[in-house]
Amino acid sequence: MMEHRETPALPVMPLSVALVGQTVTFLGVDGGNGITHRLAEMGLTPGERLEVVNRGPGPFIVDVRGTRLVLGQGMVDRIQVRTVME
Amino acid sequence: MSQEPLTIALVGNPNSGKTTLFNALTGRNEHVGNYPGVTVEEKYGQADSGGQRIRIADLPGTYSMTAYTQEEIITRNFLLDHKADVVIHVIDCSNLERSLYLTTQLLLIGLPVVLAFNMFDRAEAHGWRIDIAKLSNLLGVPIVPTVASKGKGQDELLAKAVAAANDPAASLARQAIPRYGDDLEQEIEKLAALAGRLNLPGVGHPRWLAIKLLESDAETIGRLQAEADGQALAQVMKSADDARKRVAAMYRDSAEIVLADRRYGFVSGACQEAVKHTVESRHVLSDYIDSVATNRYLGLPIFAFMMYLVFQVTFWLGNPVADLLDKGKEMLAMWVRTLGPEGSIWISLLADGVIEGVGAVLVFVPLIALLFLAIALLESTGYMARAAFVVDNLMHRVGLHGKSFIPMLIGFGCTVPAIMATRTLESRRDRLATMLVLPLISCGARLPVYALILAAFFPRRVVLNLLGLSMTNQALLLFLIYLIGVAMALLAVRLLRKTLFAGEAGSFVMELPPYRLPTVRALLRHIWVPTWMFVQKAGTVILAAVVIMWTLKTWPQLPPDQTRQFEAQRAQIHSENLPADELSQRLQEVNIQEHHDQLLHSAIGRVGSFIAPVLKPCGFDWKISTALMGALAAKEMFIGQMGVIYAVHERPGQQAVSLRQALVHDYTQLQGFCIMLFILIASPCMATLAATWRESGSIKWPAFQWSYLTILAWLVTTAVFQVGRLLGG
Ligand SMILES: Nc1nc2c(ncn2[C@@H]2O[C@H](COP(=O)(O)OP(=O)(O)O)[C@@H](O)[C@H]2O)c(=O)[nH]1
Repeated sequence: MMEHRETPALPVMPLSVALVGQTVTFLGVDGGNGITHRLAEMGLTPGERLEVVNRGPGPFIVDVRGTRLVLGQGMVDRIQVRTVME
Repeated sequence: MSQEPLTIALVGNPNSGKTTLFNALTGRNEHVGNYPGVTVEEKYGQADSGGQRIRIADLPGTYSMTAYTQEEIITRNFLLDHKADVVIHVIDCSNLERSLYLTTQLLLIGLPVVLAFNMFDRAEAHGWRIDIAKLSNLLGVPIVPTVASKGKGQDELLAKAVAAANDPAASLARQAIPRYGDDLEQEIEKLAALAGRLNLPGVGHPRWLAIKLLESDAETIGRLQAEADGQALAQVMKSADDARKRVAAMYRDSAEIVLADRRYGFVSGACQEAVKHTVESRHVLSDYIDSVATNRYLGLPIFAFMMYLVFQVTFWLGNPVADLLDKGKEMLAMWVRTLGPEGSIWISLLADGVIEGVGAVLVFVPLIALLFLAIALLESTGYMARAAFVVDNLMHRVGLHGKSFIPMLIGFGCTVPAIMATRTLESRRDRLATMLVLPLISCGARLPVYALILAAFFPRRVVLNLLGLSMTNQALLLFLIYLIGVAMALLAVRLLRKTLFAGEAGSFVMELPPYRLPTVRALLRHIWVPTWMFVQKAGTVILAAVVIMWTLKTWPQLPPDQTRQFEAQRAQIHSENLPADELSQRLQEVNIQEHHDQLLHSAIGRVGSFIAPVLKPCGFDWKISTALMGALAAKEMFIGQMGVIYAVHERPGQQAVSLRQALVHDYTQLQGFCIMLFILIASPCMATLAATWRESGSIKWPAFQWSYLTILAWLVTTAVFQVGRLLGG
């Protein structure tokens, strides 16, 4: 309870609403353990930060651990992230 | 001892420079079997180090030992079955953390591991200082810096690999074993003890099995089920399940994700100790290019324009050379005809069969080479991955995702490697849907047919001058044909996705490599291999077909009284004392008529007339129908067959009739266009059907592929021809 008042919980949102240049924390993928595992093995582990480098007409390009990943249109809605306060 | 070759397995992430290193290590001894740009199965090469013979296996790129795709399964099984004596893990140093993740798993498979720190030049250029000795100590493996593209470091790499392979016990004892923290280690140890009792060293040693069980790895469980005793296994599985539950409760994430996280933790720790970053990002230039190339509005138009350029340049550079070769071919045929008496069967076989038939195909080699150059450029600069990004939205709408587009781009070169490249797709339904429509992506072998038709029926004209770039009608028409192919492929996918393969597309995650300047050597290889395959095909399959065609066309011969009639006509024309021009023109008409009658009389003419009614609505007569039958085996065969059908005997003092002239003489522009359409859509070639069979695992898919495409071709061509005729085409 105390914690909540001191650091206001930042909202959880789908990656698809993140803006170019925004840095967010990766939380997980809705409805897919397989794909969460795949992402984790490519460096996108839960809790890891990612930066939106570019968004196309659907898919995203993000920076994770210094590499660029393309995340397809079908996924960006299902990827849960939390904004990072700078 | 040293006569037994050692086997080294090359493993690494995609884009780590593995293929470049493989080529550098094996030099010219490489066994060319794989199509460049698509490493989807292991391929072998030879090398030696200090007298030790070495066999090097290049394995498909992978990010981890959890296999998600067909090609990753190949790599994984190769390693788990210990088909190598030592593993060289190729690492892109400018991407160290992600690469070392795979190392943490390789350290567990029970083979000595040597790391090639490739792209060392890039890491240095980025201002990274890597303490090799320290990292080597932390991981317990030899590390050799390499620059594969400049051939640096390979001798030392081989020497270290041989040393490690010669003393596996010592190497394995030195190798670090990544630890996962007390809680997880407890679970792993318990499971390992249980797994050890199964006594199945063939499937993996206890710690490996324990981790895989904790990850609930389908592949490993499958292997265990095949080999282990049912009851003992059931007990192990139960414990694994309990362990997973405990881990999930403790970490609020499933065990495999916690484990992945720990491995990254291990790697990050090692990197923090051993790597000093003086500058950040390695993506500055790449990002700059990408801000345009993958822009959400500009990306697609830029891609379309680049594809247009490919065709324009292919034609602009390739056609003049093809024309020259064509003239050379005519001269050669003419010369051969002077070698023997008129009417000699052997001369006719050589001139009208082999030279006209195979030659007609070979003339287009420059065009094919240019097309492959263009595709190689798209691939090796890193643009292909951008194209996949740019079209993701479009592909999403038809029920696939951007990654399926990469096989399609490869398909512009050749459909066979494109079908193999579908192995990179994770979902089987995505894979089958992509495979089935790939023949609609017009391949290099179809280009010669278009080139012939365009040159014959659509004389080159500049239609638009845009910023100094002149667009010709030929290039635009060609582009249109390709677009029709792509559009139909997308429509077909959509239909398949609604019917046979209903459901969501799989997930699309892909690494975006930085842009790179390709090396000349790599480009030459990309051009040489497929072009040489095309030439070989012309020298074998097409040669054989052409000889058969020639035989069927030469017999039975016209009865003597008809031949005499034509002789009489010619004598008549000669006696009319016409000006030279008219004389040759009139003679030519008689020759064409005679040739035509002979054809109709021959075996092939009879077969052709028999099947012609089926293709009549498409605007095709018996000659085209016959040539199209040849195209069943390979698309470019169409030209070879037409070449043979139209090969006209030269007679002294007469002009040769080129294939183009003969075509224009017999058919309309509309018919020409319909030929292109039919060649585009109908009946995939033998090699494509075989590849579909192999990759889908069932003959029903190639059968379906052939049938639906051939029916579709008939429908579309008929529609175009009939409507075109109404409009007065
Ligand atoms: N600068 C640099 N480039 C390299 C090096 N090794 C490979 N490359 C380039 O990296 C690109 C990808 O290499 P490739 O062998 O196709 O990667 P693969 O996907 O792992 O097989 C090619 O353009 C190579 O020329 C290296 O050590 N340094």
